[in-house]
Amino acid sequence: MPAPTLTAQLLNGFAAGLLLISFSMLSQRRTRALITLFAWQGAILFASTSLVAYSAGLRHLWYSAALTLVLKVFLLPFILLRLVRRLEAQWDTETLLNIPTTMLLGVGLVIFAFGLAQPISALATTITRNTLGIALAIILLAFLMMITRRKAVTQVVGFLAMENGLFFAATSATYGMPMVVELGIALDVLVGVLILGIFFFQIREQFESLDLHHLETLKED
Amino acid sequence: MSSLGVARQVGAVLLAIALAPLFMGWIAQCRAWLQNRSAPPLFLPWRMLRKLFWKDAALAEHASALFRATPYVLFGTMVLAAAIIPSVVLDLPFVLVADAIALVGLFATARVFIALAAMDIGTAFGTLGARREMMIGFLAEPALLMVFFNAFLISGSTALPTIAARLAAPPFVIYPSLAFAGIAFVMVLLAENARIPIDNPATHLELTMIHEAMVLEYSARHLALVEWASALKLFNYACIGFALFVPWGLASQHASPGTLLLAVVALVLKLALAGAALAVVETVSAKLRIFRAPEFLAMAFLLAVLGLLVHLLLGA
Amino acid sequence: MIIGWNSGPAPSLVLLLGLIAGWLGLGLAGLLRPHSVGFVARVIFPVGALVGLAVGLVGLGALRPGSLPQTLVLPLGLPDLPFHLRLDALAGFFVLLLGAAGMGISIFAAGYFRAGQGTAPGLLCLQYHVFLASMALVLLADDAYLFMVAWETMALSSYFLVTTQHRIPEIRRAGFLYLLIAHVGAIGILLSFGVLQGGSWRFTFDAMRGQTLGPAWASVAFLLALGGFGAKAGLVPMHVWLPEAHPAAPSPVSALMSGVMLKTAVYGFLRVSFDLLHAPQWWWGGVALAVGLGTGLFGAVFAAVQTDMKRLLAYSSIENVGLIFTAVGLGLLFQSFGLHLFAALALSAALIHALNHALFKSLLFLATGSVLHATGERNLGKLGGLIRRMPWVATVALVGTLAIAGLPPLNGFVSEWLLLQAFLSTPEIPQPFVNMLVPLGAAALALTVALAGYVMVKFYGVIFLGQPREPALAEAHPAGWLERIGLTWLALGCVVLGAFPRLLLDAAAPITASLVGATVRRGRFAWAIAPIAPERASYSGLLFLAGILGVVGFTFLAVRRIYHGRVRRTAPWDCGYPWQTPRMQDTAEGFGQPIRHIFGSAFRLERELPSPWDTAPRYRIHIEDRLWRLLYVPLGRAVQRLADAVAVVQGGRLAVYLLYAFLTLIGLLVFVL
Repeated sequence: MPAPTLTAQLLNGFAAGLLLISFSMLSQRRTRALITLFAWQGAILFASTSLVAYSAGLRHLWYSAALTLVLKVFLLPFILLRLVRRLEAQWDTETLLNIPTTMLLGVGLVIFAFGLAQPISALATTITRNTLGIALAIILLAFLMMITRRKAVTQVVGFLAMENGLFFAATSATYGMPMVVELGIALDVLVGVLILGIFFFQIREQFESLDLHHLETLKED
Repeated sequence: MSSLGVARQVGAVLLAIALAPLFMGWIAQCRAWLQNRSAPPLFLPWRMLRKLFWKDAALAEHASALFRATPYVLFGTMVLAAAIIPSVVLDLPFVLVADAIALVGLFATARVFIALAAMDIGTAFGTLGARREMMIGFLAEPALLMVFFNAFLISGSTALPTIAARLAAPPFVIYPSLAFAGIAFVMVLLAENARIPIDNPATHLELTMIHEAMVLEYSARHLALVEWASALKLFNYACIGFALFVPWGLASQHASPGTLLLAVVALVLKLALAGAALAVVETVSAKLRIFRAPEFLAMAFLLAVLGLLVHLLLGA
Repeated sequence: MIIGWNSGPAPSLVLLLGLIAGWLGLGLAGLLRPHSVGFVARVIFPVGALVGLAVGLVGLGALRPGSLPQTLVLPLGLPDLPFHLRLDALAGFFVLLLGAAGMGISIFAAGYFRAGQGTAPGLLCLQYHVFLASMALVLLADDAYLFMVAWETMALSSYFLVTTQHRIPEIRRAGFLYLLIAHVGAIGILLSFGVLQGGSWRFTFDAMRGQTLGPAWASVAFLLALGGFGAKAGLVPMHVWLPEAHPAAPSPVSALMSGVMLKTAVYGFLRVSFDLLHAPQWWWGGVALAVGLGTGLFGAVFAAVQTDMKRLLAYSSIENVGLIFTAVGLGLLFQSFGLHLFAALALSAALIHALNHALFKSLLFLATGSVLHATGERNLGKLGGLIRRMPWVATVALVGTLAIAGLPPLNGFVSEWLLLQAFLSTPEIPQPFVNMLVPLGAAALALTVALAGYVMVKFYGVIFLGQPREPALAEAHPAGWLERIGLTWLALGCVVLGAFPRLLLDAAAPITASLVGATVRRGRFAWAIAPIAPERASYSGLLFLAGILGVVGFTFLAVRRIYHGRVRRTAPWDCGYPWQTPRMQDTAEGFGQPIRHIFGSAFRLERELPSPWDTAPRYRIHIEDRLWRLLYVPLGRAVQRLADAVAVVQGGRLAVYLLYAFLTLIGLLVFVL
């Protein structure tokens, strides 16, 4: 087996790093650490997008990379951390499932995603095709994190991580989405976080807690 | 299997036996510096061993032969483990006898013996320690095995010197799976060697102890051997880590005495760095509640398994 | 077809038949003086043990390189289906296992059985030897009829042995459960043979080998065989009889059932899936692998929380059977992808683990028998400190404990090492999804093996170490000399096979050659094994043992020489706490507590906790298998409902019954004419 090129190796390394961070997020109980991890995920995403942009010589990917850097590494974590501080919601000790079980489910999801991505990546021609399975796994893991958490802030982080996975999937399968779509998504995410931030204050005012478990009482019996 | 090979093998083992207590001393020094205390001397573990060996052994009146034999078995297994982990030279004839799986078995043997010895006297603390040690062990052992499986997938061998040689061979390749395995390995190392966050090597509070609770009944030369064996165990783990993740600087089969000396220097440097890093980890983290420990180790285990999956997807 | 002695020379087979007849004769001889323990135990059982040794040697002979399968047709059986017998390498290996384990168990039994309630010694002796003989016949059978006859004889004789203490209701209940599941399994096997004959209506194994079944029918036969043999072997979810029957049976019987009888199920499964069915499909291997791993993990987890020493060992047997089926499944998987060398490796691991398990599990069951006799106690909570009262039993039990925990350099490690090596070859499987699932299997296997270590530390530590938990234990008497010989024989087997793993690979080689068409490489050196390639992995039990003994001995001498060997005996230190009592030690429940905590969702727990103000505090915990409520209780209820529905036809009036008979007669006449 000839050794893959350095670029491909680095990309694989970044993909593995993203997956590792996804799992760390899955096993992280503290909200602030979770947000820091999210920022790191953005940083790796920035690095890998830049690398793809450099090696494939695509200019629009440079823009996406810059957008990732500004939005996901600095702006969103900053907003979220401020939110957490203002809401005093630094702990999310209670997960619905215990952490090893969640991780085990996560491993199952990874296998599922890899199996699913196998035929697709066989068709793709990009140098990043191997990483499609990982991108898929990151999306599913973020989803799993949203399912198993109770607090509103962690749900938002999970949602954002899912968006990261989608972005990574797009880069690895087709060298990214068209610029317009990407800008649109970025704006959506930003506005979404702001709106959710307002929501949090409302929720807390209503229930004096950010535990989403209270929302269950809203339904009429 | 040349006689020169055997001589180097014996030399490497003797070096391990001699360096292991110093490594402990170095970690203690680094910890003290990081915590703004004045550091104990580097050779303190050696002096302690010497003092212990000269003392009369106090033995519980109903201690069985198993209890008395265990320190020797512990020391023996750790010395044997040092014989199959490449620390200075790659050319270890004893590798034909035992590979990485046997190494895991060797560690397991040591663990079973110390747990049994702890139960032998029949004190509350001893059995408590044995139970906790086995709890840590049954999760750490498969995690360690999975780390070795990761290395196997890359190198196609379960013999540690071969793994180290193949990983070190040019060209340099980034193995993403080794990142997972590396984190898992560090977690296993901390748990298996009774370090923070699983156990506190410096604690004197019986209820929080694991390793110390098991060896409470040992004294004098028995205690010295047990402590020496623990030092060797940490040293062995460190050398496993070097062989898997920084496999450079080991002397090959036809190395000249000069290169051999260089390899020893490289080992000492690596140990110094690893010791400092360990001290940092131990200073910045707090001890976990005992029932967080399975969670910690389950994470290590799953990370190592993930490494296997990542390798199969990306590497193959 | 010619009925009579077949023309080919079959000296070993004839000899083996003679030995089996010898066992039956010995059993009958027990009826001569059925109530004399002295005659039955001290005369017949030792002779039976010698017969066992001879049986083992004949089995070993069938494993010599170049020895051909021997066949024989007996003038017995059905008119058009006489008894066919065959001794090939596969049968020979299991005959060796039967003989080697049977020898140790019989010698032990000679010292073990005493007068008491329950079955008379003479009758017990008959049942015991019929059990041995029927197991040998199962291994030699070469047609479905003889196989089923021997199989059922085996089930019945062991049922009677389990219910030796038949005056105790729980034991009768355990026996009934065992018989029930044994028969459900037997139906599965029978149906599997029915499918295997493939419309030819010839029931010799030779004819079945010649059949080529379509993939669908072959899968049906495979699944029926897995279910049928799995019921006997104790695969989840058909494991429920093991933890009930083993504590009920006398210890030598438990040893024989767990050590040998479970292996006949492994033999049958190997015979069907590798020999009678050719061209396995890959998912067969996947199913067997998954069931095996699930069983292994299940057994290990449940063994860790048991408080009865024989139940603990029964769950440990479930775990080990799971490991064996894991290896077999892996072999099927490799074979289906044409990776014959790796299939041979996995199959060798399965065979070797079967033999190893026969040795160390028998040893441990017999050791519990000695403990039971010495103390009258099976409950781990009331034992402890026996290493000082029964040093011999404690020493051999330590060997068994270390072996079953899979620690080098004993024999348990060899099979685990081979199995892990086989797992390491799975990336060679060309199907991408399968080779990705297998690392999870390797992880589950590693976890199971490590848990086995936990279980065995608990077993040994609680029984033999610590302080006696009851004052009565101070009167425990050491085992008799016959018991010691039996135990030592089995322990020696564990040590020797661990030191010379090459012997094991050599024994497995002719079997893998005939079943999967490859043998593992055995390397340059007689003292080391390197099944794939020496630069990949090699292991040497002998040098490992020598290394440990050498270093330990050298250290001991060096410490004595340089320093001193002075010892002062004092009270235990225990952090200076002087009022230490044996009740402060960890109990079996306490030792299993982490497992209960970690795998909590696997159990159904019932707890009774004392309140702080209790003057006589009571702590009770009851652990139940979830499968019992999820599967067996509903199943039992469904059967009951069905039976109630059918019971309508049971009016109790004679005229109605006569009407049924009459209608049946009319119906048959209409059908026939």
